[in-house]
Amino acid sequence: MRVLVAMSGGVDSSVAAALVQRDGHEVVGATMKLWGGPSDSGCCSVADVEDARRVAQQLGIPHHVFNFTDDFERDVVGPYVEDHRRGRTPNPCVACNRHLKFDRFLVRARQLGFDAVATGHHARVTTAADGRPALGRGRDRAKDQSYVVHMLRTEQLERILFPVGEHTKAEVRAEAVRLGLRTATKPDSQDVCFISRSGGRSEFLGARIALRAGRVIDARSGEELGEVPAVELVTVGQRRGLAMGGDPSERRYAVEVDVPGGRVVLGRLEDLMVDEVPVDGVGWVGDPLAPGSPTTAQCSAHGPALPATWTPGVVRFDAPTRRVAPGQSVVLYESDLVVGGGVAAAG
Amino acid sequence: MLPWLTERYGNPSGSHQVARAARAAIDDARDLAAAAVGVDPGGIVFTGGGTEADNLAVLGALGRVGGAVVHSAIEHHAVLHAAIAARPAAERREVPVGSDGVIDLERLADALDPSVALVSVMLVNNEVGTIQPLSEVARLMARRAPQALLHTDAVQAFPWVDVAELAGVAHLISLSAHKFGGPQGVGLLAVRPGVALTPILHGGGQERDRRSGTHNVAGIVGMAAAMAATRRTRAETVARVGRLRDRLADGLLASVEGSRETGARAAKVAGNCHLCFAGVESEALLVLLDEEGVCASAGSACASGAIEPSHVLAAMGVPRAEALGSLRLSLGPTTGDDDVARALDVVAAAVHRLRQVVLR
Repeated sequence: MRVLVAMSGGVDSSVAAALVQRDGHEVVGATMKLWGGPSDSGCCSVADVEDARRVAQQLGIPHHVFNFTDDFERDVVGPYVEDHRRGRTPNPCVACNRHLKFDRFLVRARQLGFDAVATGHHARVTTAADGRPALGRGRDRAKDQSYVVHMLRTEQLERILFPVGEHTKAEVRAEAVRLGLRTATKPDSQDVCFISRSGGRSEFLGARIALRAGRVIDARSGEELGEVPAVELVTVGQRRGLAMGGDPSERRYAVEVDVPGGRVVLGRLEDLMVDEVPVDGVGWVGDPLAPGSPTTAQCSAHGPALPATWTPGVVRFDAPTRRVAPGQSVVLYESDLVVGGGVAAAG
Repeated sequence: MLPWLTERYGNPSGSHQVARAARAAIDDARDLAAAAVGVDPGGIVFTGGGTEADNLAVLGALGRVGGAVVHSAIEHHAVLHAAIAARPAAERREVPVGSDGVIDLERLADALDPSVALVSVMLVNNEVGTIQPLSEVARLMARRAPQALLHTDAVQAFPWVDVAELAGVAHLISLSAHKFGGPQGVGLLAVRPGVALTPILHGGGQERDRRSGTHNVAGIVGMAAAMAATRRTRAETVARVGRLRDRLADGLLASVEGSRETGARAAKVAGNCHLCFAGVESEALLVLLDEEGVCASAGSACASGAIEPSHVLAAMGVPRAEALGSLRLSLGPTTGDDDVARALDVVAAAVHRLRQVVLR
């Protein structure tokens, strides 16, 4: 096969390229330039592109750079800002995978005559009983990224390889060391790639939308407990920075973020607990789950998969769990296979 | 070039015999370059390429004087970014171009007044190949900004036009060797007598204290040899390549639906073929052409290697969607009939193939 490998300049995609090459495929590397603004790795992520290019040179494969900054701004950054403006907690990596890596990049690969694309995600493409491809968790459960690629469909999986998903992170790094790749000891990427550590979310969002100061209200008494500088930066379930001088032994959490009303509702753990989460924009890898089916639901990138029941538009948990911040992906698994997923709506 | 990297490997600033030989080689090169550009030998400042020459011209001319800088909207980034470094926005005036890719002389006249210290207008644009009317620029300057200096980035011009003649009105002329068959990383700034330049590199005071740093002897010798060869063959090359370019451009315009030529052909140098293909992304097109052995370019590459939307096409009023489908095919002295025939086939096939997979 001719395989186009999305090389971010990190160790996982570096090794992914090496593994695909070792399997005897014709490999070309490409790095997507996604973010044109400042970042922790320098302007336009030049350092990451250099790493990817150098690894491609070491592997002896051609390397291209695709400038997808316009798409990234429209499909990832814009919605990220808009979600915050509405008091939601978006997952931009999911949006990037949906629109950039497995749409824009996949289409570009098809245009260029490639049979498949490969990325460095820790997830697995397996074969279901009916012979169709299925999407599974990566072998390294601690590094599993199936949650952020849950939007993939059977038809897409036919053209996708996740070579490092078959390995643990330690094995991936060991392979990079063995091959002498310069990305071998590069730290894992953290947080949102377009937000710099120095300025953080508040500086980034503050430059794009007017952040609203808000009142913090007690969930039970309705009493005003204090203020936050920006309602948009508070996440449902958040505890940090919201003590508001209360009894430190009693933990309190944001249970509601109301941007138009300029308020954050603070409650105790029991106020945070819910039995269900409404889910929008649900899609299925293959066949949809029948209403009333038992399933497990994972509501954050590295959270547990909780036993639940699927009914259209709602995931009902078997046991009460902490409220899911609106905007977060809710991904349904059957054993270690992704069945589908959607986005948590406001309760 | 080889002797200057091997048995005659001397620093021309030294005083022993090997150094003197290197010094003589540089002075020979200086005479050749001076004749080719139409300045006195003492006006040649050897640099590390065209970007340095442009920076030395802009920063050097504005270094110790006040006054605004005026430049066209389609200058190379070496001029644009040097101007931004040298002057705040209030003292920079950008002059638009027409859809033909040629500077708007009326708007230039509006931008000129006695407060202007430097005007920088390229002789030939690097993307669309259009020749800029420098003598008209100089005429307007004489009336409206008589004390201002005229710099021209002639980096793209030397293979195709007589720079000595067309840039005869300029006070400062930038050239780069690799655009006319010389080595990469060497160039020159030609300076008219009496033009004061503030150096941007400080050190040993080489090049009459206008460009410190040990000379790139082999590079300078190579550049001079390439200049001489280019001048000898220029008339024949221009005529021959111009016919090839017409065949290539006309052929693609005829064979590829939704294609159009960027800039006015009549204003272009012979080696430039610049087209836009509707509904095609040049980034993808370049990959396919590369696989077929056709080395082309589009827009300009940023530090990461990503292709950036062209400021030149934007200045010419080409809509962004169209500009993203631009392709520049450069022809040179070594381009032959076979190359053009192959490019005609490969480009048409690649555009067709890209259009098979519909974008969003």
